[in-house]
Amino acid sequence: MHQAISTVNPMADTTIEFEAAPDVLIDLDRSEQGDLRTEEMLINMGPQHPSTHGVLRIVLRTDGEMVLEAIPHIGYLHRCAEKIGENLPPYQYIPYTDRMDYLAGMNNNQGFALAVEKLKGIEVPARAQAIRVIFAELNRIASHLVSLGTYGLDMGAFTPFLYCFREREMILDLFEAACGARLTYSYLTIGGTTQDLPEGWVERCREFLDYFEPKITDYNNLLSFNHIFVKRTGRVGVISLEDAIAFGLTGPVLRASGIRWDLRKIMPYDGYEKYEFDVPIGQAGGTREIPHGIEVGDCWSRYYVRVLEMTQSIRIVRQAMDQLPSGDFVAPKVKNLKLPDDEVYVEVENPRGQLGFYVRGDGSAIPSRVKARGPSFCNLSITSHICRNIMLADVPAIIGSIDVVMGEVDR
Amino acid sequence: MTQISVPWQPTQPVRYGLLSRPIVGVAVFIYRMAAPFVRRFPGPILIGAVVGVCLIVWLHALTYAYVDARILGAASVSADPAAAISWTSPGTWGLPPSTVAALIESAGGPAAAWSSILGYLLWPLQFSLTRDLLGLGGLFGLFNLIPIYTIWWERKVAGRIQSRLGPMRVGGWHGWSQSVADGIKLILKEDLIPDGADRILFRAAPYFALVPAGLAFLALPFGAAYVFRELDVALVFILGVLGIEVVGIIMAGWASNNKWSVYGAMREACQMVSYEIPMGMALLIPVVSVGSLSLSVIGEAQSEGWFSWLVFSNPFTFVAFVAYFIASLASCKRAPFDLPEAESELVAGFHTEYSGLRWAFFFFAEYAVMFIVGGLASILFLGGWNSPFPASWGASWSDGILMQGLKGLVFNGPIWFVAKCVFFLYVQIWLRWTLPRIRIDQVLYACVQVLLPLTMLLLLGNTLWVWASMSDSPAWAGVDRIVTYGLGLIGLAFALMFPAIAAYGFYFRRRLVGNLVQDAMPGS
Repeated sequence: MHQAISTVNPMADTTIEFEAAPDVLIDLDRSEQGDLRTEEMLINMGPQHPSTHGVLRIVLRTDGEMVLEAIPHIGYLHRCAEKIGENLPPYQYIPYTDRMDYLAGMNNNQGFALAVEKLKGIEVPARAQAIRVIFAELNRIASHLVSLGTYGLDMGAFTPFLYCFREREMILDLFEAACGARLTYSYLTIGGTTQDLPEGWVERCREFLDYFEPKITDYNNLLSFNHIFVKRTGRVGVISLEDAIAFGLTGPVLRASGIRWDLRKIMPYDGYEKYEFDVPIGQAGGTREIPHGIEVGDCWSRYYVRVLEMTQSIRIVRQAMDQLPSGDFVAPKVKNLKLPDDEVYVEVENPRGQLGFYVRGDGSAIPSRVKARGPSFCNLSITSHICRNIMLADVPAIIGSIDVVMGEVDR
Repeated sequence: MTQISVPWQPTQPVRYGLLSRPIVGVAVFIYRMAAPFVRRFPGPILIGAVVGVCLIVWLHALTYAYVDARILGAASVSADPAAAISWTSPGTWGLPPSTVAALIESAGGPAAAWSSILGYLLWPLQFSLTRDLLGLGGLFGLFNLIPIYTIWWERKVAGRIQSRLGPMRVGGWHGWSQSVADGIKLILKEDLIPDGADRILFRAAPYFALVPAGLAFLALPFGAAYVFRELDVALVFILGVLGIEVVGIIMAGWASNNKWSVYGAMREACQMVSYEIPMGMALLIPVVSVGSLSLSVIGEAQSEGWFSWLVFSNPFTFVAFVAYFIASLASCKRAPFDLPEAESELVAGFHTEYSGLRWAFFFFAEYAVMFIVGGLASILFLGGWNSPFPASWGASWSDGILMQGLKGLVFNGPIWFVAKCVFFLYVQIWLRWTLPRIRIDQVLYACVQVLLPLTMLLLLGNTLWVWASMSDSPAWAGVDRIVTYGLGLIGLAFALMFPAIAAYGFYFRRRLVGNLVQDAMPGS
């Protein structure tokens, strides 16, 4: 795995020709080509629109069914999440990280906790690490299920959405059993977790995984390999590897463009190096596994990388539960920390990409600066680059395949 | 008291339409009376309603035949009441009730007192106006009932497909009156017209969508004799009036003053205009086979049981049936061709700005058109009102009255037609909740590059086949027979597959859904 990365080494020497977005107002009444006079139309997609997954607003410049340009406008869900972090002790800030990427609260908690632990030098017990991995991976599955379901919804297929949510409910039941919350968990906290696993939780989780694993085949049969779905998403919104790296894309969006870049492999944290798993990447179509009409980096690849990642997450959870060590679930004395006069930046692999936390302490209990690097925010930045000269129906396909959560984009 | 000025706008009284309150009052009253009974005896009421409707239909046909043959015939008036007696010719009031009563008595009817009452009851039936009004009333009721119950059914089917329950509360028994409750809500909603909308077009558009769907029912035969107006060009008439619907949708999209609505309207226009061509071509194929444009004639030509249905007539009609079904999905904008109202792209398409009763009109039109295209498919390809059994098993005048009713119910008649339409509705619903939506360029590609040449070829092939069948060659007749029976058996296999798959799913539902879900389901 590491060798593959070093041989490709895409980080070095990639440039991108950035075209400045032409002023959308200039050539509204432009074309007199041919015998038919057509007019361009500016149309507002969002902030209230069924397929913008929250409060994303995209201004589309269209010519009939063609979208010439799409400009995302963000900021409708800004809640000063970073500023709040500069007014609270880290232990009290954990609940606010839940609300950034509200579909992957566990992973957000983990990211911030890791940053503070690194800053303070806290040793996390082995059992706490394993529990963290289990919950981070379960939450990855839950988040990908939402992504899959809503992507089907964007393509006009209603039923996979309900199936995905049916399974997600069970994950949320497991979370509720462990920490009492179903959406904003605040479970993985600084130094470990807030509570130990309840009695019988592991058995219940195994039961769920046994039930869930064959369901992925169902989703594939129902949606992934559906001819219409492949036609709608294959060769649409192709992101080349150079573009992906130049725009700072991470997570499944980057891996779909054909590079095995996963922080869990490259810079393992919380003991990920102990578990065996693959990093799925986007592949060209025409093989036995991938249908015809698929290109590396198109919407279908991004979608399918998430499907494959769910299988890998199941593997990780199984291994973590098999070798779950006994011991403490949290390091001692983590509630009232005095942060050293130092700074730290930690990234973790979220379901949507790399979530980074920059924390700077100044000797007091409250950090003087907290900055989050949201994967959705960086991934969204490529929208206007690939949404050029496409069909109107491709815009939801592209937005959905990038899978943004506006709570994290705006923070 | 001093006038207090507030920084916000004062709330305005809600404007209801003139008829909303009384209509809702009546509906709520009926609902309150009916709901407890339905909740207590759902099964008997359902069966009773079906049997009752069949009985009413049958009694109505019997009464008309009785009036025509025994009364008007005995009085040696022309058997065609429309020609003989009319409100428009003054001085002609038909036979007076006393004469009718006397005729009934002389024809072996009941005693004098009953005959005179019957005389007064049957007297209006000799006028075509009365019959028309009765027929229109029946069709209007049907036109209202079909969408209401299709919507409820669609929600139930969608719920089951998506492993949930669908409406369960309203009315007590499986949410049977959910659509009625929705209708009451929609009637009571405020009448909203957006600022900047073209008010006249905005208000007119729903009727342009609704009325054509209603008009199509006038020429749609439900049985050999159950048609409001027997037209010799009924097929062309129905296709023509359904084509008007697109005007209403373009009007709605344009008048809403909303860009998404315009998109929906344009998509609808281009989709409907292009798909009407392959749809018409596919419909011409049975017309060529039978040699008539009259739906009644086409239906009656398939009365000899399963293997006489036109879909099994030759390979070209078999494929044409599939082509017609795909084209009909596109022309009544059902999934996977529901682009005009693609909610993930166009919010709600052409009816984004509509609310309340106007929105409901669009819905009504959509579901009525679904029924009509299903009806066309069953008349033109699947034998219409004929059962899979040969006509000789059916009712004839020589049977007793009870036997006639029973045979008419089981072996042919409107119940088979409605059952086939319901099957087509089910397939449309099933597809909608299974398939993703295709893109507009793919829609047009499928039409222009695939369906259009295909239906042209089919039309040509079918014409040649019919031409070959006109020769008296016994060898060809044998080939024709073998092909028909082969296709019929394939169709039979398909027909048996549906209940088999349903039974499989029902039997293994725990395995399909999984124990974890099953345990969490209510009632488990």
